[in-house]
Amino acid sequence: MTAVTASAAAASAGRRKYGSMSQDRQWALRWSYFFLTLFAIFFLLPPIYMLITSLKTSAEISAATNPWWVYRPTLDNYKELLTSNSYLTYFRNSAIVSVVVVTLTMLISVPAAFALARMKFWGSATLATGVFLTYLIPETLLFLPLFKMFAVFNEWTGIELINRWWVLLILYPTLTVPFCTWIMIGYFASIPKELDEAALIDGATWTQTLTKIFIPVALPGLIAATIFAFTVSWAQFLYPLAFTTSADQLVLPVGIITSLIKGDVFNWGQIMTGALLGAAPPLIIYAFLMDYYIAGLTAGATKG
Amino acid sequence: MSEVTLRKIVKRYDEVEAVRGIDLDIADHEFVVLVGPSGCGKSTTLRMIAGLEDITDGEIFIGGDVVNDVPPKDRDIAMVFQNYALYPHMTVEQNMSFGLRLKRYPKAEIRKRVDEAARILDIKELLTRKPKQLSGGQRQRVAMGRAIVRNPKVFLFDEPLSNLDAKLRVQMRTEIKKVHQQVRTTTVYVTHDQVEAMTLADRVVVMNNGIIEQVGTPQELYHRPKTRFVAGFIGSPAMNFIPCRMEEAGSGLSIRLSDQITLPVPPSQADRYRGHAKNGKLLLGLRPEHITEAGAHLEPGEVPFEASLEVTEPMGMETLVYFPINGTQVCGRVNPNAGARDGASLRMAANLNNMHLIDDASGQVI
Repeated sequence: MTAVTASAAAASAGRRKYGSMSQDRQWALRWSYFFLTLFAIFFLLPPIYMLITSLKTSAEISAATNPWWVYRPTLDNYKELLTSNSYLTYFRNSAIVSVVVVTLTMLISVPAAFALARMKFWGSATLATGVFLTYLIPETLLFLPLFKMFAVFNEWTGIELINRWWVLLILYPTLTVPFCTWIMIGYFASIPKELDEAALIDGATWTQTLTKIFIPVALPGLIAATIFAFTVSWAQFLYPLAFTTSADQLVLPVGIITSLIKGDVFNWGQIMTGALLGAAPPLIIYAFLMDYYIAGLTAGATKG
Repeated sequence: MSEVTLRKIVKRYDEVEAVRGIDLDIADHEFVVLVGPSGCGKSTTLRMIAGLEDITDGEIFIGGDVVNDVPPKDRDIAMVFQNYALYPHMTVEQNMSFGLRLKRYPKAEIRKRVDEAARILDIKELLTRKPKQLSGGQRQRVAMGRAIVRNPKVFLFDEPLSNLDAKLRVQMRTEIKKVHQQVRTTTVYVTHDQVEAMTLADRVVVMNNGIIEQVGTPQELYHRPKTRFVAGFIGSPAMNFIPCRMEEAGSGLSIRLSDQITLPVPPSQADRYRGHAKNGKLLLGLRPEHITEAGAHLEPGEVPFEASLEVTEPMGMETLVYFPINGTQVCGRVNPNAGARDGASLRMAANLNNMHLIDDASGQVI
C-alpha cells in the first residue's frame, strides 16, 4: 500500500516537474511571439505606409486625411512611373550596374578567397586580414579622395570618369569585393583539408579543385555573398549621388530623389511608388534564395 | 612493379624534426603497417609518400623512380583518409569516378571499373546515393572504392578505421584484408592501433619519436622485440617490465626480482645472458600470458611463486590478475576456474622460456 502511494506521489511529482518545464517553454514562446510581433510591426510599417501612399492621388495626400487608409485608390502613380522614360532609364542603369558588379565581385573574390584560404604563400595571412581591414574603412571617407583621384586621372589621360554610370562598375567592387572575399575565406576554411588533398591525389589542378569541389560545396556561402553584393550595389546611394549627375547616368535610388523632388515640391505618391518598385528586385531574389541564404548564414555553426 | 623505398627520409617543421632519417623497403604487393603512438611521425611519413608533404631530406622511390619532386597526381597512388574525405555534393558513383573523369578515361572504361570496385566492396546499391545518406562503414567502403577504381601502384591508408565504432572497426578490418587479397596492390597503412597492425600487416613498422624502432612480421615483433618500446607497444595487455638483477647461481643464472622472489634462468636462455650478468639495472619483460596459475606439475621453464592478488578482471575465457612485485604492478592471465579473487593469494608460475631481458639504460632487448 505504502509502496503504491509512494510511486503515485513520485509519478505526480514527475508530472509536476514536466509540467513546470513545459510552462517555462510556453512563457518563453509567448515572449518570443510578443517581441517578434513587435519587431514585425516596427519593420513592416514603413513599407505598408509606402504601399498605401503609392495608391493615393497627390490631392488625397495633401488633403491630410487618415494616412493609413486610401479613400480613392488609383494606379496612376504606377502608370506614370512605368511609362516615364527617365524612371526606366534609372531602372536599367541600376540593373546593369548591379548585375555586372555582382559578376565582377564573384569573379574576383571567389578565387581570391580560395587562394587566401588554401594556398599557403608568404604573407597570405596578413593579406587576408588586410582584406578585412579594407572593409572596415567607412565608404563616406573614401568618396572625396576618389573624386580627387578621378579628377587627376582626367588631367593626365583626358578620360572623363565623373558623371559616367559605368564608373560605378569600378567603384562598387571596392565595397563588395573585400566583404565577399572575407565571407568566402570563412566558407572555404570550413571545408576539411582532406577534401582538397583527396582531389589533389585524384589528379585535380588547383583550378579544378576550386570549380569542381570548393564552389559546389560552398554554394550556400556563395549565394550569401551574391545576395550581399547585389543588395549593396542595388541600394548604394552615396557614390552615385557624388559621381553621377545627368539624368541619363543616374541609378534608381538617386534618380528617384533627384527627379521626383523638384525644389521643395515632393511628389510623395511617385516617390513611394518608385521606392516600392525599386525594392522589388532584391525582394524577389531574397524570396528565391532565402533557404540557401539561411543555410549559408548558419553553416559552420554546427560543423566542428 | 610497385615497390616503395624510403632512403634517409627526414621531415623538419621549423624547429621540430618529425621524421628523423628513416629507411624502409616495401616490396611489390606487400601490406605494410606503420604503427606508433601519436606524434611518432607515421602519418607524416605516409603524407610524404603521397606527396602531400615536402621531403626535407632523403629520397622516396615508387616503382623504382625517385618521386621527391613529383606532384601527388603523377605518383600513381590512391589514399584513404581518416574522415573519408568524400566529395559531399557528388553521388557515390561520381565520387569513385572523379579521378578517372579528370584523366578523361572513356565512359565505358569508367563504368566497368566502378562496377568492378562496387562489386568487390558490395556497395552496388549505394552508387546513386550522396555521402550524407551513408553510414560510417559505407562511407569508408566508398573511400576505398575511390582508391580501387584508380588501379594505382600504391594504396595509402591514413588511420581509415579510427572514426568507426569498435564493432564496425573489426568488421572493416577484415574487409580491408579481403580487398587486399583480391587486388594485391602494394599498401602502406598507418594506424595507432597495434591490434589493427598485427592483424592486417605482412610486415609491421613500429615508429617512435620519428625513427623506426623495428620492422618485422607480426610474429617477429611479438616474440622477438628488439627494444623495450616495441615490447611494450605490441600485445594487449602490455608486457610486464619488472626491475631485476642478474645473479650467478652455481653453474647457471638466476633473476632476483625481490628479496623473496628469485627465478632461475632456464639453461636454454642462460647462454644468451651470461655476458650481461654483471649489468646493473635490468628489466625482466614477461607477457601476461606467460604468468599463469601454477598447475599440479610445472612445464619446463616455469617457475612457481606466491602472489597476493590486488585486482582481478574476469574476461570470460580468462581472468586478468594484477599483483605487486617489489612495488611494480604485474599482470597475469589465469584460467577463470583457477580461483582468483580480489585480495586472495594465488600460486602463480612464470614461464621464463619466453622471457625478455632489457637493458634499462639503453632500452635495448638483450
